[in-house]
Amino acid sequence: MKLTYAVDRTIRYLLLGMAGASVVIVLLIAVFTFMEALPAFREIGLIGFIFNPVWHPLPDDPANSEYGIGGMIYASVIVTLGAIGLGAPLGVGCAVFLAEIAPDAIHKIVRPAVELLAGIPSVVYGLVGMVWLAPLLRDLFKVPGNQGFGFLASAIVLAVMILPTIINIAEDAIRAVPPAYREGSLALGTTRWQTIVNVIIPAARSGIVAAVILGIGRALGETMAMVMVIGNSTEFPVPLTANPLTLFLARGRTLTGNIVMGLNYAAGTHRSALFATGVVLFVMIMVVNSLARIIVRQWARKGA
Amino acid sequence: MRRIGLAVLVLVAMLVTACGGSAPTTAPTAAPTQAVADTKAPEPTKAADPTQAPEATAVPADGNHISVAGSTTVQPLAEKLAEQFVAAHPDVKIDVAGGGSSAGVKAAGDGTAQIGAASREVKAEELTTYPDMVIFEIARDGIAVVVHPEVPVDGLTKEQVQLIFAGQITNWSEVGGADQPITVVSREEGSGTRGAFEEMVMGKDVKITDKAIFQDSNGKVRTTLASTPNSIAYLSFGYLDDSIVAVTVDDVAATEANALNGTYPIVRPLNMVTKGEPTGVVKAWLDWILGAEGQAIVKDQGYIAVK
Repeated sequence: MKLTYAVDRTIRYLLLGMAGASVVIVLLIAVFTFMEALPAFREIGLIGFIFNPVWHPLPDDPANSEYGIGGMIYASVIVTLGAIGLGAPLGVGCAVFLAEIAPDAIHKIVRPAVELLAGIPSVVYGLVGMVWLAPLLRDLFKVPGNQGFGFLASAIVLAVMILPTIINIAEDAIRAVPPAYREGSLALGTTRWQTIVNVIIPAARSGIVAAVILGIGRALGETMAMVMVIGNSTEFPVPLTANPLTLFLARGRTLTGNIVMGLNYAAGTHRSALFATGVVLFVMIMVVNSLARIIVRQWARKGA
Repeated sequence: MRRIGLAVLVLVAMLVTACGGSAPTTAPTAAPTQAVADTKAPEPTKAADPTQAPEATAVPADGNHISVAGSTTVQPLAEKLAEQFVAAHPDVKIDVAGGGSSAGVKAAGDGTAQIGAASREVKAEELTTYPDMVIFEIARDGIAVVVHPEVPVDGLTKEQVQLIFAGQITNWSEVGGADQPITVVSREEGSGTRGAFEEMVMGKDVKITDKAIFQDSNGKVRTTLASTPNSIAYLSFGYLDDSIVAVTVDDVAATEANALNGTYPIVRPLNMVTKGEPTGVVKAWLDWILGAEGQAIVKDQGYIAVK
């Protein structure tokens, strides 16, 4: 009996240690990134770094180098909004279909397909985007300066990549709605569609919002596939023509892309500036995740 | 209950010993994949055993450690050369580090490394600082100006190439092609190929346009070029193939022969420099690099052999 108790306690501490490890690792990464970024912040200044749209690292000429990520923050926001704009309706629609409408036979086909989507390596998405999607977009939109590579191509690739995240979490949320809601609504004589729109989705909305926000986090942080199709130009993104929608056909460079582009060779301030880029990304993702928490908690309190 | 507890304890014990035991076994397997080519055979056995590997005795036993520092372009080639040399001479140890061409020349001149690597000519001011520097050209690297196969332009002048990459010529009609906008594709900032291209074509004050599509490897540049009409880029000779077309620069075709005879204008030497005439194992390695075996590896890695 005594031994059992000792083992019990040992295992409890062991598990605590395992849980603690992830927290310690996050802290270590955060501290390391901030430390490496510090020289850049000191030299460039936070405001100059975030708002300057010019990025011109010159390894042999430090005095004339410029490190500004204004254009990249903007590009990251555009791409992420585009990916969510395309991916969220598709993902939530698919989740509703899987949870509420799909007969078993179709569910058995769609479900593994979604899981397969999550298992495809990022670089494969990038390759397909590079050799197939980009030429397609170039031929589809006859706008001067459109080369296929750009925000729209990245947004489409990212939208597909975040689908599994959104579908899985949203479907779980919809399935968690008590059957009584559904039955009660149908018993009142509503159609299936009315029940889904007026009862099921409102009841599952905190889970659906969480799914979309996690998708945003994933899209912000995704690198490899996006780097291959976005063009990585350092110019501040502007619409190609007078039509503001052509902004999505322009090229740009995101925060993650900037890190991956430079890290192979960067030294000194350039290297530190890349870590500083990472810090900005870190903070952006932290804000997005906190927002998700706040929204979910707020709605949970209202008893939605 | 007790049995489960024991099982867990055993599991934990196994985990602990596994972690403790795995550290020394992984270290030796990881070492050869890094830049350091490590000594494999213990030194005394070789001296004691006269029947062993006669070709290895060509290298003097004393001072058998070589350190190389410098150009990141030369680094992968130097690593390959070190790996093959050490395979034949197990008692030699060669460390290859990066740092850039200027750092390489400085390291050799100051004596912090026995060999400095530079993917450019050694500058006159460097030779005045280190007058006893000896330069060995181990290979050459040519950079071709390449276009999408449907671009009807066959040749450009070096100046036209500069203006196109600077974003000042933006339409193919300005250089004898169709009335189509030019898409510039380039490597990312910091890339060795880009650095050499900027140095030899762009000059000090002209920057590659921010509007370019940037890709972070030669392979991605080639794929982008092949799928994008009206595009232009630059690539190391080793990456030329049928999916793209190399144009002539100043009427000279981008071929190894033209790079070797000095007529092709975008060629850089890959140099190794030493402080004073090399001796001992350093000399043995440099001789081997400039010999048939070393030059075969140079070709294998996509560079132009000098011998």
